[in-house]
Amino acid sequence: MKYEGKAWIFGHDVDTDTIIPARYLTTWDVSLLAPHCMEDVDSGFAREVEPGDVIVAGRNFGCGSSREHAPAVIKALGISAIIAQSFARIFYRNGFNIGLPLVECKEAFERVKRGDRLSLDLEKGEIKNLTRDESYFFNPIPPFMRDLLREGGLVPLLKKGGWRVSSL
Amino acid sequence: MGKAKRGSTLAEKILARHSGRDRVEPGELLLVDVDLTMANDVTAPIAIRSFREAGAERVVDPSRIVLVMDHFTPNKDIASAEQVRECREFAREQGISLYFENDGIAHALLPERGLVLPGQLVLGADSHTCTYGALGALATGVGSTDIAAVWVTGKAWLKVPASIKLVYEGELSPWVTAKDLILKTISDLGVDGANYKALEFSGGTISRLSVEGRMTMANMAIEAGAKAGIFEVDGKTREYLASFLPQGWEIPVPDDGAEYEEVRTYDVSSMGPVVAIPHSPGNVRPVEELSGVRIDQVVIGSCTNGRMEDLRAAAGALSGRKVAPGVRLLILPATRRIYLQALKEGLLEIFADAGATICPPSCGPCLGGHLGVLGKGERCVSTTNRNFLGRMGHPQSEIYLASPIVAAASAVLGRIAHPGEVLK
Ligand code: SF4
Repeated sequence: MKYEGKAWIFGHDVDTDTIIPARYLTTWDVSLLAPHCMEDVDSGFAREVEPGDVIVAGRNFGCGSSREHAPAVIKALGISAIIAQSFARIFYRNGFNIGLPLVECKEAFERVKRGDRLSLDLEKGEIKNLTRDESYFFNPIPPFMRDLLREGGLVPLLKKGGWRVSSL
Repeated sequence: MGKAKRGSTLAEKILARHSGRDRVEPGELLLVDVDLTMANDVTAPIAIRSFREAGAERVVDPSRIVLVMDHFTPNKDIASAEQVRECREFAREQGISLYFENDGIAHALLPERGLVLPGQLVLGADSHTCTYGALGALATGVGSTDIAAVWVTGKAWLKVPASIKLVYEGELSPWVTAKDLILKTISDLGVDGANYKALEFSGGTISRLSVEGRMTMANMAIEAGAKAGIFEVDGKTREYLASFLPQGWEIPVPDDGAEYEEVRTYDVSSMGPVVAIPHSPGNVRPVEELSGVRIDQVVIGSCTNGRMEDLRAAAGALSGRKVAPGVRLLILPATRRIYLQALKEGLLEIFADAGATICPPSCGPCLGGHLGVLGKGERCVSTTNRNFLGRMGHPQSEIYLASPIVAAASAVLGRIAHPGEVLK
């Protein structure tokens, strides 16, 4: 599975309140929530992000509450993947479980600048920085996890009978 | 992999075995076979909905599913009664015989019934599922939909955690308990210091600790952010599990050359009892520093400290004494069996005589559910595991986390107290 888009840079410890401020959580409708994504740290983000774009961040991305709205809102904006140095545990599970690929890579955060064009290959575990002609590597995403992403998350995967049929 | 061979930690051993591999590396994503799932009256209804939404009809193996109604039971209102009814009907429909209602708190109940064995991989839709690590199992909390996925497929995805080895050496002073050790450790690691990692507890102090004490420690691994807290099986674990452990059961041990992200060693001999002050389990102070703090309520119970050893310690401090005027002492034996045993040993009489209220086995006040919710400005010393803002009731109430013996001594003096002030 491959993704290509331009990079948006965020720092360390981006918490779920930054991703989607709690003051908006009176609705479950992600299309209503999405315009507020990251607004407290980057007011242009939600407006200017384009389908396929990639978030690149530092340590502990998604810390804070267990709200599933956080990865859902990012996915709804068309972000194709998040690359971070590390993720908070619950965000990590929630992300894959709604079909949003999360990649842990230390180097990308150190090298990538805002607007760089990146292409990601989950199978190979490679991030190509097309702007700078560099590559960074991560633990490849194994086939059963790519199935989870391809189906769009855990519930759709279960609808197809889960991993029993698709990847074993 | 091209890497030099390294030994495996306990967590890696268990994960390798459950993913059909010889060895696994921290950071790898695995599809694992799950031995047992647990869900409770709060989380099971959501899992049941995901299960139905996914169009599933039968769970893959009902004998590997445990449902424990423990949070708001005995049902405190109509909403909680409806949740429990949904679970009860699901259990009947799916032939799930390990369904428990009013029998106690899952994390005390499953070990007591021999439902968790060393080397097993257990997932629970409850963050304190890590308690079972005391028995040498790899047990961790996940979401309700994750649990539904295991019901449908028998499998789950997990990332292999790096391990931190914690070594405790030295004799514990009187009145210093497993609770004090884990509180000290959490304050040291920080409340997210072990995010995504497995804690492996070891050392001479640990081998002298009872299995119940180890459960207290494993229970709070999550309070440092850990995915799991795990203990190596020894003679004490075997004795605890004697009537449950099948002949020839394979018990995993960490390799000598196991690679830990970090090893921390504690000399516990100079440690005294400690208390975690509001509003974080990592805000740990020596009990002496808090002796002026007046209190309104004391709770002794929960999946952290509601077992026999805890009740015996509390009874030791309360025997022949009275709870201070104006203070409410609540005792919640963690399971029905513990309740019965405490009754037989005369502990319940000691508590009642001291002026305590003895509650049914339940999570009750631990999450501000029922049976002792706090009002504005009230202060509580509690043997539970979380003192987050508003956890036990009003947002302006305060929770101080302590061991059962500190809690009991505090109940007697009406303020936070060192056990030595009561037990001369
Ligand atoms: S006793 Fe408290 S911490 Fe333990 S399972 Fe119940 S609510 Fe959770």
